[in-house]
Amino acid sequence: MPNVPVPLNYYLTLSAILFMIGAAGFIIRRNIITVFMSIELMLNAVNLTFVTFSYQFRQVDGHIYSFFVMVVAAAEAAVGLAIILTVFKNRSTLTIDDVSSMKN
Amino acid sequence: MITYTSTDHFVLLPGLLLALFGCAVLLLDFLFPKDVKGRGWLVGIALSGVGFASWQSWQQYLYLKAHSMTPLVAFNGALVLDGFALFFNGIVLASAALVMLISYRYLEDEKEHHTEYYALVLFAACGAFFLNGGLDMVTIFVGLELMAVSFYILVGFLRTDKRSNEAAMKYLLLGGFSTGFLIYGFSIFYGLTGSTNLAALATVIPARGANDPLLYLAIVTTLVGLLFKIGAAPFHMWAPDTYEGAPTTVTAFLAVASKTASFALLLRVMLVGLGTAREMWEPLLTGAAVLTLTIGNLAAISQSNVKRLLAYSSIGHAGYVLLGLIAGNQTGLIGVSIYLLTYAFSTIGAFLVLIALRRRGVAVETIEDLASLGKRYPYYALLMLLFLMSLAGLPPTAGFIGKYYIFLSLVESGKYGLAIVGALYVAVSLYYYFRLVRSMFLTESIEAQVLAPSNGVRLVLALTGIATIAMGILPEPFLRMAAISLGR
Repeated sequence: MPNVPVPLNYYLTLSAILFMIGAAGFIIRRNIITVFMSIELMLNAVNLTFVTFSYQFRQVDGHIYSFFVMVVAAAEAAVGLAIILTVFKNRSTLTIDDVSSMKN
Repeated sequence: MITYTSTDHFVLLPGLLLALFGCAVLLLDFLFPKDVKGRGWLVGIALSGVGFASWQSWQQYLYLKAHSMTPLVAFNGALVLDGFALFFNGIVLASAALVMLISYRYLEDEKEHHTEYYALVLFAACGAFFLNGGLDMVTIFVGLELMAVSFYILVGFLRTDKRSNEAAMKYLLLGGFSTGFLIYGFSIFYGLTGSTNLAALATVIPARGANDPLLYLAIVTTLVGLLFKIGAAPFHMWAPDTYEGAPTTVTAFLAVASKTASFALLLRVMLVGLGTAREMWEPLLTGAAVLTLTIGNLAAISQSNVKRLLAYSSIGHAGYVLLGLIAGNQTGLIGVSIYLLTYAFSTIGAFLVLIALRRRGVAVETIEDLASLGKRYPYYALLMLLFLMSLAGLPPTAGFIGKYYIFLSLVESGKYGLAIVGALYVAVSLYYYFRLVRSMFLTESIEAQVLAPSNGVRLVLALTGIATIAMGILPEPFLRMAAISLGR
């Protein structure tokens, strides 16, 4: 067996697909928590891109960037879930379409 | 080897002070009694944080002036101190101080006065500083998220209010979505350059050629993220809901600090990082600017809620600022700076009139609520008229100077079509601003309210009112400030 590494393009394509699944989920799904998870998926796709390039360049910059993305995503999740909790407390629903009292 | 030099310290200090005072407010909250007076002390501490940061920014200005405005680069090129950063830092500091002054009584009236509010304002301002001065994509990203996450909480600060929750949720979801796009673009830039620095990006682009698909993808995704943040069409849909639902003081801060800092970031990315790829992003931004002007101004016509109307008008203003960037000459960039400065004062002023009236029991929601304001509270009505004139861009108010420079730059660079479109939408905007004026002065209402003055609101109204008039009548000093932002 020849020892061939996985080509770079495979990782980048995977991350692009993950990103698009996340974006599609954000637009299509109607549950607030699922929509929020879709955003996390998009951020993780970005992490994959950073780590791939970082591996290619033999640098740590991209790895460090992905750590920052994770930390920020955790902070955003903490705040986001708290906000979603208050929405649920006030309205007893987690469907996005039911949470739109403001209209043109 | 990681070193922390005196230059790093000097450049970082104002932002650091804001963050430290924010932490101090959070910690000292336990020491002060949970009553009006105790909260007053904490507001004082938060305001003194803005004061110290302003003092240190002034020192930075004096240093730069003594060294012929040469940019000071810190942290191996991650953070820069130049006239541009200083100018936008100044707008952020001014808006933070004004918003804190008016929030005290507002939050007492809403019965949701928690001192975390002031800490969050300071953190948001700190994040904005890193957007204004950031040259590295890591710094920019962390600064952006620090500002955004603080704003998510601030927007939803009225916990029991359904609309505040909803506004926070929409802002959070769409904000997170846009951040995803922005850093996806950043990750591709990193792949293209092997560096997270914006300056490195500029050197790589000419070698990639003008029609590189990967570069194009990166520019488009980054622009999606940035247009979201400045509230430009077609990614503006969070703005009306968020502006309407948020506490009015937060709406004012969001419309000013978040928007100017996001514009600073947009300018920095487009002019420093992608300055050599102008022919790739200029058509995209032109389309976005025209669409923004159209949607912002046409949708504002049919609004009945005043905050929502001002939100759409603020979308329209983003369109004018984009026009200044598209013109691309020195006049255009001065126009962008002066426009954002004038916009900041007029917007805070306009929202403040709504807050001042709310305090008197007239919860200003719809345009009808403003009826016969001219008779009942002539001073407030006149101030509102002044701010609306400035937002519409009529002389002799501040807004006129901003619009004048934007249109001048478009004519200078030969973009007559855009200048005509922009001028047409000024006419449209006059219509909806004067719907408010008509309601204030020409409609009758039987209600009469008792006055109950608040010193913070009075002070800020006076300051914004004076600034709006002064910039219109004596624009010279303010134009010099805008010239500083170009490093002159």
